[in-house]
Amino acid sequence: MPAKIAQFILVLTLSPFLFGVLNRTKAFFAGRKGSPLLQLYYDIFKLLRKGAVYSTTTTWVFIAGPVVSLSAVITASFLIPWAGHPAVIQFDGDIILFIYLLGLARFFTVLAALDTGSSFEGMGASREMQFALFAEPALFLSLASLARVTGQMSFSGIFSTGVINFWPVYGPVFFLVFGAVFIVFLAENSRIPVDDPNTHLELTMIHEVMVLDHGGVDFAYILYGAAVKFWLLGTLLAGMFLGASSRGWMMDSAVFILQMSVLAVIVGVVESTLARLRLLKVPHFLIIALALSAVAFILTMRS
Amino acid sequence: MWVDFIIVAVLLLDLMMLSSSRIRNCIQIAAVQGTLVGLMPLFVESHPGALSPVVASFFSIFLKGVVFPWLLFRALREANIRKEVEPIGGYPLSLLMGVVMFAMGFWLSKRLLYPDPFVPALGAPVSFATFFTGVFLIISRMKAITQVIGYLILENGIYLFGAVFLGGQSLLVELAILLDIFAAVFVMGITIFHINREFDHIDTQKLSELKDIITSK
Repeated sequence: MPAKIAQFILVLTLSPFLFGVLNRTKAFFAGRKGSPLLQLYYDIFKLLRKGAVYSTTTTWVFIAGPVVSLSAVITASFLIPWAGHPAVIQFDGDIILFIYLLGLARFFTVLAALDTGSSFEGMGASREMQFALFAEPALFLSLASLARVTGQMSFSGIFSTGVINFWPVYGPVFFLVFGAVFIVFLAENSRIPVDDPNTHLELTMIHEVMVLDHGGVDFAYILYGAAVKFWLLGTLLAGMFLGASSRGWMMDSAVFILQMSVLAVIVGVVESTLARLRLLKVPHFLIIALALSAVAFILTMRS
Repeated sequence: MWVDFIIVAVLLLDLMMLSSSRIRNCIQIAAVQGTLVGLMPLFVESHPGALSPVVASFFSIFLKGVVFPWLLFRALREANIRKEVEPIGGYPLSLLMGVVMFAMGFWLSKRLLYPDPFVPALGAPVSFATFFTGVFLIISRMKAITQVIGYLILENGIYLFGAVFLGGQSLLVELAILLDIFAAVFVMGITIFHINREFDHIDTQKLSELKDIITSK
């Protein structure tokens, strides 16, 4: 039990660190020095000390948005296993709860954006929902394929069986699932081929435009929620390369944190080398993820 | 293991083919797929008395990986086109159709009785999916050159099925088909050139208007 609490706290404390690694990678490719590795922590603490300003057109939904989103994401982090060790809470079918908790977070972000009455935020909200329409089934089908291959119905079950041992037999399935989850990962975390987190042009923004009116503590919640979500979805990708845990908790954790950092570096490289897709092309990109995961799911049914 | 990866790669190339709008890319995809499919005889145990797998493999890779792309690129240059017009339903829908066709192929392959139980399990569904993809390309795409590519994909499906299931026995038949296709692509290359010269485009939808023009004169 102490290990479970420790891993839960580690997820909550380490997730902003990944963004530091990611931004350093991007800075390296751009030939800049880059912001400090702990920049997101500074930003969050700075924002937590500030007060928030609320527009008179907004209602309680606007205030509830960031709070509900952050709490949904933190609840989801109870379900995610750590380095092949079982999560704090596990039960059969927690995959579905996980996906819908992320869905709830998205729903409230969108509601808060609509509540401001700003037309730009409305555009962002509509785009977010449209892209979720393709990203969510892709994630479902990918996780369903993993569940079928490993014969386990919970996250902890799937990722504690040592997924890497299945690669030789189910190589093609894992290859496809990894591709699909990676695309969903980029889309859900508003990373470059889909959305640019640094852009501030309302016409093309997706996630950033929805949170334009939030400030102070609320914005800190949003930034922190995004960081935790990045970690949670990243765990699904890193988990596919985990061996069966045998080297003890400390060693596994060290390897796992290293894996997550490598993932952040990979995302940084993707962001630095790819251009953003045209907004009209984004659904097509997400449908590719849907197609890959559907093919993977059909492949698992062969035997 | 390797056979599985090649077969899944063939399937992914089908999906790429369905979603790519540039004809240049389509030709390249068809060439890569032809090469991968051509490699299959090397991995599958061949029946005694069949044509040597190396010869068959070399012959089909040479035709599908080198000669066909060269002919098609030449036709493309002469016709001076780069992009396919938007197909019926758009590209995302065709990509999803690809998945549906794979599911259909999967369902169909479960229904077949196989003479030899020791075949790669993915062989049948993917060859059916490739087959359907070829037919779908011929139906949904407008330009004559993309329809020729659809024809090539269809042949890749037949070849894959033959290579996986009949292990060399069918290769003689395959080579005969290849020669037919070679002649067909050659003739169609010339036809595309002529259609283009006469009508300034190779959109086959517009060919049906020919009759009206003649009768009105």
